[in-house]
Amino acid sequence: MNLLSVSNLNVNFKIKKQELAALIDVSFTLNRGERIAIVGESGAGKSILGFSIVNLIGKPGYIKSGSVKLENKELTKMNLRQLQEVRGKRIAMIFQDPMMTLNPVITIGDQLVETIRSHTKITYKDARNIAIEKLHNVQIASPETRFDQYPHELSGGMRQRVIIASVLLLNPDIIIADEPTTALDVTIQAEILQLLLAICHDNGVALVLISHDLGVVSKVAERTLVMYAGHIVEEGPTLEIINDPQHPYTQGLLNALPQMTLPGQRLNQIQGSMPSLAERPTGCAFHPRCPYATEKCQQEQPSFIHSGVSSVACFLVEDMVNEFANQDEEEL
Amino acid sequence: MKYSKKDLIHPISGSRWNHVWSGFVGDKLAVLALIIFIFYCLVALLAPLVAPFDVNDPAFMDLINSEIAPSWISHDSRFLLGTDAQGRDLLSVILYGTRLSLTIGICAVLIQATLGICIGLMAGYLGGRVDNFLMRCADIQLSFSNMMVAIVFLAIFQSLFGIAMYQQLAMVILILVIGLTEWPLFARTIRASVLAEKQKEYVDAARVMGISSKRIMFRHILPNTLSPVLVIFTVQIANAIVAEAALSFLGLGMPATEPSLGSLISEGFSYMFAGSWWICVIPSVTLIILILAMNLLGDWLRDHLNPRTYKD
Amino acid sequence: MLIFLLRRLIQACFVMIIISLISFAIQDKLGDPVQQMVSMAVSSDEREQLREQLGLNDSFLNQYWRFAKGAIQGDLGTSYHYKEPALDVILKKLPATLELVFCAILLIIIVATPCGVLAAIKPKHPVSRLLMIISSIGLSVPIFIIAIFMVYLFSVEWNIAPSFGRGQTTEILGLWDSGIFTKDGLNHLLLPSLSLAIALMPIFVRLIRAEMMDVLQSEYIRFAWSKGLSAKRIYFIHALKNTMLPVITVGGIQAGTLVAYTILTETIFQWPGMGFLFMDAVSRVDTPLIAAYLIVVGGMFVITNTVVDLIYGLVNPTVRLASHGL
Repeated sequence: MNLLSVSNLNVNFKIKKQELAALIDVSFTLNRGERIAIVGESGAGKSILGFSIVNLIGKPGYIKSGSVKLENKELTKMNLRQLQEVRGKRIAMIFQDPMMTLNPVITIGDQLVETIRSHTKITYKDARNIAIEKLHNVQIASPETRFDQYPHELSGGMRQRVIIASVLLLNPDIIIADEPTTALDVTIQAEILQLLLAICHDNGVALVLISHDLGVVSKVAERTLVMYAGHIVEEGPTLEIINDPQHPYTQGLLNALPQMTLPGQRLNQIQGSMPSLAERPTGCAFHPRCPYATEKCQQEQPSFIHSGVSSVACFLVEDMVNEFANQDEEEL
Repeated sequence: MKYSKKDLIHPISGSRWNHVWSGFVGDKLAVLALIIFIFYCLVALLAPLVAPFDVNDPAFMDLINSEIAPSWISHDSRFLLGTDAQGRDLLSVILYGTRLSLTIGICAVLIQATLGICIGLMAGYLGGRVDNFLMRCADIQLSFSNMMVAIVFLAIFQSLFGIAMYQQLAMVILILVIGLTEWPLFARTIRASVLAEKQKEYVDAARVMGISSKRIMFRHILPNTLSPVLVIFTVQIANAIVAEAALSFLGLGMPATEPSLGSLISEGFSYMFAGSWWICVIPSVTLIILILAMNLLGDWLRDHLNPRTYKD
Repeated sequence: MLIFLLRRLIQACFVMIIISLISFAIQDKLGDPVQQMVSMAVSSDEREQLREQLGLNDSFLNQYWRFAKGAIQGDLGTSYHYKEPALDVILKKLPATLELVFCAILLIIIVATPCGVLAAIKPKHPVSRLLMIISSIGLSVPIFIIAIFMVYLFSVEWNIAPSFGRGQTTEILGLWDSGIFTKDGLNHLLLPSLSLAIALMPIFVRLIRAEMMDVLQSEYIRFAWSKGLSAKRIYFIHALKNTMLPVITVGGIQAGTLVAYTILTETIFQWPGMGFLFMDAVSRVDTPLIAAYLIVVGGMFVITNTVVDLIYGLVNPTVRLASHGL
């Protein structure tokens, strides 16, 4: 059984009687200890996907339909109390900006201890010890002193470590990390990523890494999902996606990397920009920017099909796969 | 993650004002508030024509007519809302009183706004020491409650120059006192807007083209900072009217011969226990409705002219 | 912390000097001490002599210096009307005003906080909507009308509570004339403090609601939800503490308004406090009393602002670091 399985998840935003779709028919699975990444541009819906797993989307967003199953428990139908059991304990989240994530008027220690004590019956002293141990695990020096300090007394990198420590407190099954290194200095980014990787590996924790940075993703994730305008357009082993991208959007993304261009040459950009929620095109969402778009792309939405070890949602790829299949049949 | 509606909605065709207008008409409360406000303004303007009696006519004050209840109780058709302790027709006096209150309120706020906008523009645009100094002044002014300053000033003025002279100058003094003490609010608001606008490119462009500072301030930056000012404007008029009413209530405002709503209420208070409730209650209700309408208008403006936040 | 206090002390001295200058200037220009002291029959020569004696012909600065010296020692002049030291007259009325203000503040804290929090957590709830409507209306009714209304309704019509004066008071430690310890005193305290509280309540309810709604949108609150903490903990510990910070600041700024409202309230309820005394002094042109009142109120103001800043510094951990840097 999969640890986490998301099927046909649809998330809408209701604004002034208008319904705008933010996530459309999103499906994927996650196994125990597996590390996957969700990549895409800003506005693609990656963060919304992360939040919707634990039903944490703020109004006016809501889950319209679909299912999110943790083992066999349906998360979308849970009430607040049941969700509170899951959050923090089985699925923990790391947010993007460590400066904003910690409450400025409560000490680090109290914020760590409260997580433990809200899920287990344990004395303050014992909880404190656990917290200090975890602070130690994330390589924070003199954790006992840090315990009584306030967030503003720590640097950005240290704060993110504290947050990583806090998600480990209850030994969750899944960590959802939403752009965990984006707000940090480049030098610190690598350290934090290493830390995250080590922790997931050592403790057998599954990781959902949300990022727009393909470099970060390639170091950490085994599988990658590429999102565009609320859809998943490609999915597969990370190496495969990077070396042999099949969806035109993924190809464009990789081509746009500075490393792909010779010095002095113009960078390759994908023409146009991602449509906002209200301006979604008909048919395949990418067709206005796609160099290979056809009539069919404008009218119908492609479904997810297997192509080798990956899955892709693109008519072009679908046609190619069908062609190869026919060829194979003919040869046989 | 905050999703501001601006991010998610495709801009509705037409200018921002169209959008504001359609929102306005849709909000019935705001329309009602505006209608009430316009009604008051009209009434105030046309008081000499509309009032059944001429307030300045010496025969107006006739003690024989004192303390007659409103017409639906006393069945005296001459005085629709009754009379006060001096025999004056309450309706006429209220009409003139409203006129005075509105005039004082609007004039005072015009002074506040002019002073505040100039200071705020200067502080925001010139920055540095000028900014620091001006904002310190604003802080000091703000920490001394305007009511206190007004009370002290008017008390001293009254004692110094005697009642007779005071009565002549009361209106002007009131306008000046209320006007000159509340400028910090306008100054701060404009300054905040200016600081934000200063970062924008069109200011740099204007400067590069060699346009003078003053021109940049008034012709380029000011129009873009006006929407928060509009919001404060309405609320400040309401506040000024209340301030004047409070001062008149204490006896430091408009004299009994030229009563504003505040003085009427003050006069009526002592007669409440004697049973002539209308002398106090009717002007009070008039005042409350006016203030309420203006506050609602101000609230609505704040919600809809501020592009950053939309309350759902 | 010490540096912070020192800085405030210097600022306070500065402000007090300005206030005392203004007070003294008023005293100088308004009214004639000699006229107050002697009868009409005294000749103008003798008046001149008296003026010399009293040092009234000295330069402004000299007179001010004498005044300031006296002020520091507690001598703020002698009231024309009461023929007693002005400071004493004012201080005798201080307990009345302070008790009134204290009760009003207590009422505001007890009522506005839960209302504001509720309106922020469940903004669409009918009770919340009702609270906001009442606030809007309340904001539009000037305090003196509220007070009048209270008097009319509770005192005249229904006869629940008295509306004049303080009632029975007990003396504590020979210094403080308190009204809280007798039922009669409390009865008299009810309407005025209620009026004062109602006048300022809408501001605080709206403020708490607005700030809390803002805080509830923060990332750290979302993070708290993602940790699976209980709603109670998130609202009352994570959110409330952050909400209270700007509320304390604004509360401090309202101190000035409070003084003005107190004057109005005391006038209507004939409450024998400092405000009532002041209005009385104004109508009698009792200049030393007016000047002394300004200095006392100015002083109270400065103390209040300093205390509020101190409280803010204690509650907000991010501020301590800044003051250390001085």
